[in-house]
Amino acid sequence: MELYAVLQCTWWLLLGVLLLGLAVMVGMDMGVGAILRYVGRTDAERRVALNIVGPHWDGNQVWFVLGGGAVFAAFPLIYATAFSGFYVVMLLLLWSMILRPLGFEYRSKLPSAAWRNVWDWALLVSGLVPMVVFGAAIGNLFHGVPFHFSWNLTSTYTGSFLGLFNPFAILCGLLSLSLSVFMGAVTVMNGATDAIYERARTLVRVGATLAIVLFAVGGFWIHGMTGYVRVAGPGAGVAQTPLQQQVILDAGAWLANFHAHPLLWALPVLGFAGMLLGLAAAGARRSHLAWWLGALAWLGVLGTAGVALFPFLLPSSSVPAQSLTVWNASSSRLTLTWMLGFAAVFVPLILWYTSWAFYVMRGKVSAAAVEADEHAY
Amino acid sequence: MHDLHVVDLSRLQFALTALYHYLFVPLTLGLSFLLAAMETVYVTTGKEIYKRITQFWSKLFLINFALGVATGLTMEFEFGTNWSFYSSFVGDIFGAPLAIEGLMAFFMEATFVGLMTFGWTRLRPGQHLAVTYLVALGSNLSALWILIANSFMQMPHGAHFNPTTMRMELSSFTDLIFSPDAQAKFVHTSIAGYVTAAVFVAGISAWYLLKRRHVDLARRSFRMAVLFGVLATAGVITLGDALGFVGAQAQPTKLAAMEGLWKTEQAPMPFNLVAFPSQQEQANHGAFQVPYVLSLLVTHSLTGSVPGFDQLEREATTRIRDGIPAVAALQTLSARPGDADALAQFRAHQKDLGYGFLVQRYAPDVSKATGAQIATAARDAIPQVAPVFWSFRVMVVLGLAMLAYFVLAVIYTMRNRVERKRWFLKLAVWMIPVPFLANEAGWLVAEVGRQPWTVYGVLPTWMSASTHGVGYMVFSLAGFATLYTTFIVVEMYLMVRAIRRGPDDHADTVPNDTLLADRMAGYAEG
Repeated sequence: MELYAVLQCTWWLLLGVLLLGLAVMVGMDMGVGAILRYVGRTDAERRVALNIVGPHWDGNQVWFVLGGGAVFAAFPLIYATAFSGFYVVMLLLLWSMILRPLGFEYRSKLPSAAWRNVWDWALLVSGLVPMVVFGAAIGNLFHGVPFHFSWNLTSTYTGSFLGLFNPFAILCGLLSLSLSVFMGAVTVMNGATDAIYERARTLVRVGATLAIVLFAVGGFWIHGMTGYVRVAGPGAGVAQTPLQQQVILDAGAWLANFHAHPLLWALPVLGFAGMLLGLAAAGARRSHLAWWLGALAWLGVLGTAGVALFPFLLPSSSVPAQSLTVWNASSSRLTLTWMLGFAAVFVPLILWYTSWAFYVMRGKVSAAAVEADEHAY
Repeated sequence: MHDLHVVDLSRLQFALTALYHYLFVPLTLGLSFLLAAMETVYVTTGKEIYKRITQFWSKLFLINFALGVATGLTMEFEFGTNWSFYSSFVGDIFGAPLAIEGLMAFFMEATFVGLMTFGWTRLRPGQHLAVTYLVALGSNLSALWILIANSFMQMPHGAHFNPTTMRMELSSFTDLIFSPDAQAKFVHTSIAGYVTAAVFVAGISAWYLLKRRHVDLARRSFRMAVLFGVLATAGVITLGDALGFVGAQAQPTKLAAMEGLWKTEQAPMPFNLVAFPSQQEQANHGAFQVPYVLSLLVTHSLTGSVPGFDQLEREATTRIRDGIPAVAALQTLSARPGDADALAQFRAHQKDLGYGFLVQRYAPDVSKATGAQIATAARDAIPQVAPVFWSFRVMVVLGLAMLAYFVLAVIYTMRNRVERKRWFLKLAVWMIPVPFLANEAGWLVAEVGRQPWTVYGVLPTWMSASTHGVGYMVFSLAGFATLYTTFIVVEMYLMVRAIRRGPDDHADTVPNDTLLADRMAGYAEG
C-alpha cells in the first residue's frame, strides 16, 4: 500500500479517536447538564452535581475544539463542506456550547434563585442540543447530504435546515443523547451520595435501556438502507479531487464492509456488550466500572458507524459522484505526516495529565464542602 | 458564484466575533503570567498575603476566562461555517497550526485551569504553582499557534499551489512556523496582553487605594503590576516597530494604507502625522507632515523609499494580466486533469494566480476580461485607507500614553508617593479601557489592512466565503448580536461586583460608592 494511503487511513482512525474523546468526555459533561434538574432537586444538590465535573469540564471541552481543528487539518474539504452545509445546525450547536462555560462559571456567583434557575436551564439546553446534533449529524451521513462542487471546488449546499431532521438522523441523535445521559448519570454516581446517587442510578437504567433499543433499531434500519459504493476513480493514496470518481447507490451497501471482513462485527457486539454490562454494573453499584463500560459502548457505536461508511466521510445525495471520501478529502502527505508526529507526542501526554487531574480531584463531593469552598461552582 | 452581499456580511460577522473574542484573550494571556508571578512570591516567601492576592486576582481571571473560552469556540468553527472556500483552499496549511494549538496548548491550559481553581487544598504549594505556570504557558502557546496561522494569511510562507488537488498545499512546515511575521507578531501580541493585564491590575488596585480598602493587597498588587507593565509596554513598542519593518516588505499595500501614501515620492519621505485620506479622490486632505520620518521609521534609513498606491496599482495591473492565463489554465485542468498544455501554461503564470482571481470577480470567464475590468480589479487591490490609517494612529498614541503612564507609575511607586497622588490613582482607574482599545485597533490595522485578500496575494476575500443566502447571514448575525450583548452585560456585572466585594467576600465591606460600577457599565454600553 502507498505510504500516503497508510497516512490517510491512520488519520481516519485518529479522527475516530478524537470523536471518541469528544463523545465520552464532552458527552459525560453534557449528560450531567441534561440531567441536572432531575438529579438535583435543591440548589445544594445541583451544586454537588455541577462540582463533580467542575474541575474537568473545561479540559474535556477541548476534545470538541480539537475535533474541529483536526478535521480542518486532516480533512479540510470535510471541514469546509460539512460545517458550511450544516450552517443553521452548526450555529445552534455553537450557541448552545457557548452557554456552558458561562453556566459553570457564572451560575453560583450570585445567590439569587432566579439567576441560578436560568443558568440551570442554560446548562440543560447546552447538554441536550449538542449531543442530539452530534448524533443527528452522523445519522445524516448515511443518507448523504445534498451538496456539489464547482470547477474550483467551491461547495454549494442545496438542502434545507429541516431536511437534516429525517427519522434516521433523529434516531441517531436520540442514541447519542441516551449514551450521554448514561455517562452523565454514571459520573454523578461516581461523585455523589444518598438521594442524588439514587436518582442518577435510575437515569443510568433509562439511558442504557434506551441506547440498547435505539442501537438495535438503527442496525435493522441500516440493513435495508440504500448505501453508496465507489465504482471507479483514482485509487487510494493518489492525490485527487472529488470531481474524478464514479459512485453508485445500492441497497444494503452500508453492510458491505462487514460482509467482506466478518471480524468487524465485533464492533457492534462491543457496543451492545458495553451498554448491557454497563447497565448491570450500575445496578450492582459499581459506577466506576460502568463508566469504562460506557466508554466501550461509545467505541462500539462510533466504530460501527465509521466502518459502515468507510471509505466515505460525507456522501453527496444530490451528486453522488462528488461524495467526499478518505481518499479525496484528506490533506497532503506532508501535512498528514507532520500532524501525525504532533498527535503521537501530544495525545498520550494529554491522556496522562488528564488522568492526573482526575486522580487529584478523586473522591466524593459533599454539599458541605461545596458550601465551604469559595472557588466552587 | 458568490453573492457579494454575503461576502460583506460574512466579513462583518467575522470581524465582530473576532473583535469580541479579542476583548477577553489579551487579559487571559497577561493575567495568567501575573498570577504565576504573584504565586511565585507566595511560594518562595511563604507570606500569606500573596496567597490572598493570587486567589483574589484568579477570581477575576476566571470570570474573564470563561467568556474567552466560550467565544473562542465560535472562532474555531467559523472558518468552516462562513469561509468554506478559504478553508478548503488553504486548509492543508492553515488547519495544521489550529489543530496543534488544541493538541499542545489549549488542552494544557483548560485542563490545568480546573486544578488551579479547585486544587488549592488538594495540591502542595509547589504543585499548585506548577499548575498555574502551566495555565500561563498553555495560554501563551495557544496565542503562538493562532498567530502562526494568522501570519500565513499575512505573509504566505512555506506553501505552493497544487493543480492536481486544486488547492494550496504545505511545502515546508518549518518555513510556515518560522515565518518572520509570525515571530514578530507573536511577541508583539502576547506582550500586548501583559500590558493589558498590568493596566487592569494597577487600575483596580488604584481604586482600592483611593477608597482606602484592602490597602496592603492593593499596594503590593499595584507595585507588581506597574513593574510588569513598564517592561511590557517598552517591549510592545519595540516589537511593533519590528513588525512594521517585516510587514513593510511583505505587505506594501497595508503599509501604504497605514501611512496614507497615495503617491510614491523621493527619499527621504515625510510622515503623515495627521491626515484625512479620501478613497474617492486617492488623496489626503489636511495632511500635517513631519519630514524624513517615514523613511526612518519604515526603512530605518534616510535613503529608503516606500511605494505609494500609484505604483502599487500599476504593479497590480501587470500581475492581474499575468494571472489571467493561470486561472484559465486551471479551468482547463479541472475539466481535463493532467492536460500537458494547460499545465505548462499554469506553471508559467502561477505566481500571479491570486491576481487572476481578483479580476474573476468582474469577469467570470477571465480570458474575456476587458481593460476596464482589469483596472477596476487593480483598484480593488488597495484596502480602505482611512480605517487602517486611523486605527494605526489610535494604537500608537494609546501605546505611547501607556508607556508614559507606567514610567510615571514606577517613579511614584519607587518614591512611595503614589498613594498621596490621588489624581494619579484616579488616572490609573481611567486607564483600564485603554489597552483594550489599543488591542482592537491593532487587530483592525492587521486585518483591514490585509484586504482585499484573505491570504495576501494568493486568495481574494470575495471568493473565500461560503455560498450562503443573505437570510442565513442575517439569522446568524442576529443570533450572535443577541447572545454576545447579553454575555458582556452579565460578564461586566459579575466583574464589577467581584471587584466591589473585594478579596474578603464579606458583603458588609461593600461601600456605597458606585463610581467604578457606573464607569464600567458605561464601557459596556459604549
